[in-house]
Amino acid sequence: MNKQILEISNLSVSIGNDTIIDNISMDFHWKKITTILGPSGCGKTTLIRCINRMHELIPHARVSGSILLFKKNIYEMNPILVRREIGMVFQRPNPFPTMSIYDNVIAGYKLNGIKLGSAEKDNIVETSLCRAGLWSEVKDALHRRGAFLSGGQQQRLCIARALAMKPRILLLDEPTSALDPKSTGHIEDLVSELKESVTIIMVTHNIRQASRISDFTAFLSKGELVEYGSTEKLFTVPEDKRTEEYLSRSAG
Amino acid sequence: MRKTSQLSPEDRNIRIYETLFSWILKFFSVLVVATLVGILATILIQALPSFRDAGINFYTGKSWDPVFKHFSATPFVVGTLATTVLALLISIPFSLSIALFSGFYLHPGRITSTIRLLIDLLAGIPSVIYGFWGLSIVVPAVRQFELFSGRVPYGVGIFTAALILSIMIVPYAASIGRDVIALVPSDLKEAGLALGATPYEVVRWIVMPYSKAGLLSGILLSFGRAIGETMAVTMVIGNANKIPGSIFDPANTISSIIANEFAEATDPIYVSHLIHMGLILFITTTAIGLFGRRVIKKWSSH
Repeated sequence: MNKQILEISNLSVSIGNDTIIDNISMDFHWKKITTILGPSGCGKTTLIRCINRMHELIPHARVSGSILLFKKNIYEMNPILVRREIGMVFQRPNPFPTMSIYDNVIAGYKLNGIKLGSAEKDNIVETSLCRAGLWSEVKDALHRRGAFLSGGQQQRLCIARALAMKPRILLLDEPTSALDPKSTGHIEDLVSELKESVTIIMVTHNIRQASRISDFTAFLSKGELVEYGSTEKLFTVPEDKRTEEYLSRSAG
Repeated sequence: MRKTSQLSPEDRNIRIYETLFSWILKFFSVLVVATLVGILATILIQALPSFRDAGINFYTGKSWDPVFKHFSATPFVVGTLATTVLALLISIPFSLSIALFSGFYLHPGRITSTIRLLIDLLAGIPSVIYGFWGLSIVVPAVRQFELFSGRVPYGVGIFTAALILSIMIVPYAASIGRDVIALVPSDLKEAGLALGATPYEVVRWIVMPYSKAGLLSGILLSFGRAIGETMAVTMVIGNANKIPGSIFDPANTISSIIANEFAEATDPIYVSHLIHMGLILFITTTAIGLFGRRVIKKWSSH
């Protein structure tokens, strides 16, 4: 069963005269992990930034095509509402350095001017930190600033911050590329657990990571969607020669 | 024959030049520091007669009247504080807006650099030009306002001086503010936007807390600039030697009274009282500078 959570159709993006994304159409699967794989500069980060309209921060970016979130075109929605539904975690951990751990988790509410009672706040903070697998490590230091946390813990704090808004889709932009192998393993386990409750779209250039945790994989090259299918199939019997070449070169 | 040196002639030349060069650097650096110490010593020594003559009355008295030998700095301390604080309050909305607009909202490009250039040019205008412009434009405008609102239409006074000063100090707070705001890491701004925050909410909850130390340092710098500004203020403040009753009254600041009366002060004790006020100004600006540094250090250590 495949609920139509997110459908991209005929999406093209250009910045100035450069085409970054070239006519991509793809559907994402409800409560599954989809990874977007490809060499640097293939447009994978731009693709997921289109999904929560963060590409609008880039000057001179032009987008055509549509992205439907539960059948509603996100380009006709208020970007602020789109971003509350679709959370994002970035390459480098970026907790807010001026806020405590507690305030970081509920930052989305504070930033959006949503008032919460203190019991409700406590509840959201605890639930989100538990879901991010960080609660037991920081529960005694909630009101301290997060500067003493390790890189991996900071990244899990960022995941908790995104989960606190109860998004239905979580975008992860190479979430482990700035982390050591142990923290990377932690984040991968966490992402695998999270798919119980949220649809995950993850960009990575690490093909082992893609094969370890994802259900579906899309391979991008030069702005084009070369191949998209179940991870198992794409890794064992790739249809396109370019996919096969990329996989064998990166594995070797 | 004894060898006078192990070094070859070239090596010896290099050594001589190096030593000479470092001595030249030391000479000029020490000279500047010595001048600073000299200025402070001169002011202190020349202010001594004033300390002895007026004592505590210099700070507690209410009037300044050289003819009757009443010497109290109070009217000018009040005038300076009123003018500077008012100028600061007027300038902050402008400098903060410019800093946020050019440091956060605008993408780097031609418009940003033009705004930057124009704001920096504002800092380069000689203060006598501000004074002249104030006399010909701002004073008549304030006079109209005073007539309209039923006040004595002086035109000149604390309010006029504060208006001119506020324009003069905008570039200092604005350019430092813009630089610290531009230094806020873009991944923090992105994190805020990705959580569904509007640009205003990102400014309010992320950019401002992150850059508060730098913003404050810009404001303190402009405060230090305003407190010592002499020429423009002297031209439009009205030069009245009494404690001002309202912000529309003519008054004098410490620097404007010194500029006005130093040349005509013939009595040595009169000169000493003026120098005493110079000492107050010197200590105040130094204290603001030191305080600013401490605050910045404390706030930026998170």
